[in-house]
Amino acid sequence: MTLRKLIHCALALSICFVGLAGLYLDLGAQFVGLAQILVYVGAVVILIVFAILLTRNDELPAPTKRTRLAGLGVSTVVFAVLAWAVTAGGALEGMAGTQPQASIKQIGGALMQRFVLPLEVVGLLLTAALIGAVVIAMEEKQRTR
Amino acid sequence: MTPLTGCLLVSALLFSIGLGGALTRRSAILVLVGIELMLNAANLNFIAFWRYGPHPEALTGILFVVFSIAIAAAEAAVGLGLIQAVYRHSKTTDVNRLNTMKG
Repeated sequence: MTLRKLIHCALALSICFVGLAGLYLDLGAQFVGLAQILVYVGAVVILIVFAILLTRNDELPAPTKRTRLAGLGVSTVVFAVLAWAVTAGGALEGMAGTQPQASIKQIGGALMQRFVLPLEVVGLLLTAALIGAVVIAMEEKQRTR
Repeated sequence: MTPLTGCLLVSALLFSIGLGGALTRRSAILVLVGIELMLNAANLNFIAFWRYGPHPEALTGILFVVFSIAIAAAEAAVGLGLIQAVYRHSKTTDVNRLNTMKG
């Protein structure tokens, strides 16, 4: 996030997402890892790269020293508090379960039986977001005609 | 240090990086990138607790993450569309200069 050029930030973001997908696969969640690669690396990073190329503004000034120090301080404090809560809390002690199985078949079954209503809602939301994004991005052009 | 603690620490680090980026960077696109990083930290927490939690057979963590990824993708699409519209209107994505909501 501290790289100067926006396009370098986007490429570093894709590397970060691939690393996260590897972590998911390591934790035994194959479906989520593959979905992470497909959705984030395949779609979101591409969208961000397109947005960067379409706006073409790499002459933005770097953040001033004051904002950088303030952001660094806030994020360091947040990380310190989170790390303290994770390491000091005793609630995590007994959690070392066996390797759970989550085959794609099981996930599909759960999606079709127990979670069928959220699935429909997500489908509706994705459709609405698609139409909304197209309408928002085209609005100015229609007005100038 | 148990693996669960390691996962949670990685997730906290990711969240802090995203928060710092969203707070300091001046480009609206990078603010959106920071928000994406924070969402991913939450997803990593879900997966870690699903993996090491007491009831992994319920698959709730995985399905929550699947829905969360879908919503994050929708959010990215709408957010970048908004950035495009704003850029076409005011010729900048600098959040310090986008200080008016009217005309």
